[in-house]
Amino acid sequence: MSRQLKSLGEEAGSGVRQQARSGSPGTGDRSGRRPSKKRAPRAEGAAGRHGAQPGQKERVGGSPGPGSPRRKQAERRRHREELGERGRSSAERTCTERRKKDGRTSFKEQRAPSKREKEVPRKEETWKQLKKHRSPSLASSASGGESLSEEELARILEQVEDKKKLIATMRNKPWPMAKKLTELREAQEFVEKYEGALGKGKGKRLYAYRMLMAKKWVKFKRDFDNFKTQCIPWEMKIKDIESHFGSSVASYFIFLRWMYGVNLVLFGLIFGLVIIPEVLMGVPYGSIPRKTVPRAEEEKAMDFSVLWDFEGYIKYSALFYGYYNNQRTIGWLRYRLPMAYFMVGVSVFGYSLIIVIRSMASNTQGSTSEGENANFTFSFKMFTSWDYLIGNSETADNKCASITTSFKESIVDEQESNKEENIHLTRFLRVLANFLIICCLCGSGYLIYFVVKRSQEFSKMQNVSWYERNEVEIVMSLLGMFCPPLFETIAALENYHPRIGLKWQLGRIFALFLGNLYTFLLALMDDVHLKLSNEEKIKNITHWTLFNYYNSTGWNESVPRPPLHPADVPRGSCWETAVGIEFMRLTVSDMLVTYITILLGDFLRACFVRFMNYCWCWDLEAGFPSYAEFDISGNVLGLIFNQGMIWMGSFYAPGLVGINVLRLLTSMYFQCWAVMSSNVPHERVFKASRSNNFYMGLLLLVLFLSLLPVAYTIMSLPPSFDCGPFSGKNRMYDVIQETIENDFPTFLGKIFAFLANPGLIIPAILLMFLAIYYLNSVSKSLSRANAQLRKKIQALREVEKSHKSGKGRPTAGDSEDTEKHSSKDATQLQLTKEGTMPHSASQSQTADQKAQDPGVSSSASRPTLPASRHLPVSRPPGVRPDSGQSQPLTHPWRSASGKSASRPPR
Amino acid sequence: MPVLGCVCLRPGLRVDDSWGPRVLWCVVSRCRSEPEGHVPPTTLPALPGVSLPHRLFYRYQDLAPQLVPLSYTSRPDVKVPYELIGSMPELKDNPFRQRIARVFSDDGDGHMTLDNFLDMFSVMSEMAPRDLKAYYAFKIYDFNDDGYICVWDLGQTVTKLTRGELSAEEVSLVCEKVLDEADGDHDGRLSLEDFQNVILRAPDFLSTFHIRI
Repeated sequence: MSRQLKSLGEEAGSGVRQQARSGSPGTGDRSGRRPSKKRAPRAEGAAGRHGAQPGQKERVGGSPGPGSPRRKQAERRRHREELGERGRSSAERTCTERRKKDGRTSFKEQRAPSKREKEVPRKEETWKQLKKHRSPSLASSASGGESLSEEELARILEQVEDKKKLIATMRNKPWPMAKKLTELREAQEFVEKYEGALGKGKGKRLYAYRMLMAKKWVKFKRDFDNFKTQCIPWEMKIKDIESHFGSSVASYFIFLRWMYGVNLVLFGLIFGLVIIPEVLMGVPYGSIPRKTVPRAEEEKAMDFSVLWDFEGYIKYSALFYGYYNNQRTIGWLRYRLPMAYFMVGVSVFGYSLIIVIRSMASNTQGSTSEGENANFTFSFKMFTSWDYLIGNSETADNKCASITTSFKESIVDEQESNKEENIHLTRFLRVLANFLIICCLCGSGYLIYFVVKRSQEFSKMQNVSWYERNEVEIVMSLLGMFCPPLFETIAALENYHPRIGLKWQLGRIFALFLGNLYTFLLALMDDVHLKLSNEEKIKNITHWTLFNYYNSTGWNESVPRPPLHPADVPRGSCWETAVGIEFMRLTVSDMLVTYITILLGDFLRACFVRFMNYCWCWDLEAGFPSYAEFDISGNVLGLIFNQGMIWMGSFYAPGLVGINVLRLLTSMYFQCWAVMSSNVPHERVFKASRSNNFYMGLLLLVLFLSLLPVAYTIMSLPPSFDCGPFSGKNRMYDVIQETIENDFPTFLGKIFAFLANPGLIIPAILLMFLAIYYLNSVSKSLSRANAQLRKKIQALREVEKSHKSGKGRPTAGDSEDTEKHSSKDATQLQLTKEGTMPHSASQSQTADQKAQDPGVSSSASRPTLPASRHLPVSRPPGVRPDSGQSQPLTHPWRSASGKSASRPPR
Repeated sequence: MPVLGCVCLRPGLRVDDSWGPRVLWCVVSRCRSEPEGHVPPTTLPALPGVSLPHRLFYRYQDLAPQLVPLSYTSRPDVKVPYELIGSMPELKDNPFRQRIARVFSDDGDGHMTLDNFLDMFSVMSEMAPRDLKAYYAFKIYDFNDDGYICVWDLGQTVTKLTRGELSAEEVSLVCEKVLDEADGDHDGRLSLEDFQNVILRAPDFLSTFHIRI
């Protein structure tokens, strides 16, 4: 009997479900109807126990307040009666259905009103309400008794919904595990009883599989992210330094790492597209004059002193411009080397520009998004700075050190903003300091000018000494070594915040270096012009030498003469290679000076201080020499100017980037070691500005400044006639024209010619200017709007604060006992007990379904996860967006009749 | 004895690796109903596909093999002392390990039952909701258990974080600043509400308040 009943009920349920799937799209409706499937057989047991009772009379005595014992009792009674009533009705219905069972076709047909109205009209109505209890027309047409039972049904449904929600949000509750378990079991039993299996039939497996895949995917992504962070080079080293020296020192190393990455890309570009093709496919060394060491230099070409100056064999190698042949295509690939050379030279600058600007843009984006959090600096540091993932004592030490440092940084910032001082004195001192520094800069500029003038005189003389030859470099290095500390000493007068002071310092040293660089460039330019003026003469000499060689008398005319040995051909000075060599020398000497400075100035000093302290008459560590601090500004600027050299030189010396990559790699390790071994943290530790856009800005400026001379030489100087890929052409960029004419179809050439028309270019530039102006104004207005919004939020927060402080006392008292639940939870608990109690008799029927329930419920209740949380505390107003939604759920009894419409869909 | 892990979980559950109480409950109940769960604990957690709750159970069991039985059928009342909990590699370097153990233990002494242990790692897991984490973070930072984070609690926190390397003035300045920033109702201490208000805005709270096991 019971089995039959059950199968009946299940069929009924499936019929309903089918109808719901096909017919009504409302999810709430469907869920509301579903419980009917299980209710019939189970409620029968309940009916047998409680007997039939009229459900109406409970309504009379006005419902007491929620939570009061009387109300609870009433609720329980009402609940029981509701069950009884429903059980009775369903029992009757099942009887009639069983009678009909033989000829039954489908439940849907049975449900058709025409058939059912004849047999059991009243039951039919109940049944319909059971499913469509929410439709107002039906509710109004039903009699009083049935509308009440409908309410009860709605209540049960509410409870089921609540339970399901409880199951879904169980994770969010700060309960101990044991309580969670009991609660969960109760809730699950309740839901099981009223709703039966929540499973989705056949889709369950697929769903489970999909969930599994989603989990795997999430895990994979997490692992991949971990892997990516592990792949970042020197991350641990930099973290280590950061924890000891603060973020400003670390920012230098991050910058160095970034620079290394950029240079690697440039290196790949140049090596892959220029040097390797030339070495593999070009004519070999010694075959043509430009690839051969001249006869006069051959003896000393392998001497170290010559090689060290990048003369001899190195000068006639693929590292320099002059080695490349002007053959249009090389090798069986017919690789157009001159074209590739030119394009690589352009794309080095293009890539650098793009990467610098992109990183600047991303930095500004990052900084704007962080702006909002400035209100909680200390709180965030206090509560979220410890990384609970740390499980290594060394890391923990570092983390502690870095937290301490960051606290100190913030304290310095805070004190700086609060400081009140004699403004006139400060102003006077700042003006004085700037005056002194300008004097220094002028002096150094004059010194360089003087030295360069002298060196031009020396260059005309013969037999100059080593000092006189290298005077310019020496003076420049000395200036670079002594001026920054001088500036720093003067800057102490100004009494800026360290971060601002660092910027000033950077700017000043930048001016100094820029002066040096441009003096150097001007001297170089003079040299180039000198060589260019000699070129015509040499060209004639070469021509005549060859002419005489081939036409000289005294040779058998019948046999063609062997060509002149390439080493004997007279040739020009090849100014491009000379420029490349200058940059190469400068880079190497710069590197050496840096390393020696570190070794002498930092490491030896540290050793001296450390070990001589035992036998010295004053405290060396605390007193005069002390340990060196890491010189951020000098190092950053050294790096930036070095990069400028690379950019300028890489066109004339393709191998320069390779040397620079080596230099950056070694200096990464060397400086990391030096910093950790021989430097002390700054006395006033300060945080690096939020983005290192200042560095990037300087880099961009240097990039632009180094682009200028290269562009000038490419566009307006004629290339050497006998060396390099562009020899024989009037200008270097002619190679593009040549390629377009010879290798592209004619219409493309026409298109290019049309595009190069000034009539088109000038409007395009104008358009760009307009676009820049427009975008600039748009971004300005946006940022203004942003600021206003922020202000509004701030004001709202203030209002909220004052509002809270007005009524904050009672809620504060509430949260004192954290284990106690708010009234909301108490109500739910009550519901649970009432829901489970009357059904203990029918538990046996649901035992088999309980087995699959947890998984099923997990799948079914998954979408409700982000629903209201049940932390037992009052929430700040407006913080929880769903607090309004969960409100009607908390008082299911009071609003039972009107709720059907407002109930949130599950 | 069949291998635990995937096999012992029911089909619908295997996919749910989310430390949620459902799984925990299932596993715990499973462990309790396991007649004789004598599987060498060292081999099992290494198996791929062994669910987290299982791994947790074996970690727990591993902490004190002489105390914790392998079978939880009879619901033994076992507590692992704080000394063992605090010496777990995941916790031993954490300056707040004592607080964590106290918050999650039943009577605030740091000795943990299996339920407490599961509780702790479920809250500290990646999947735990933000609100729950914030609630427990509040309890952890509330050193004197009075339901508020007062100045003394803040001082304790700073001292633990910096291992006492800040001077007394600096500590008090920091505490003052924190109160200044976060105290919404100006009562000189942080209520849970204030704390949540701050912590829910923190960009890296979720990623740092997390123990991987």
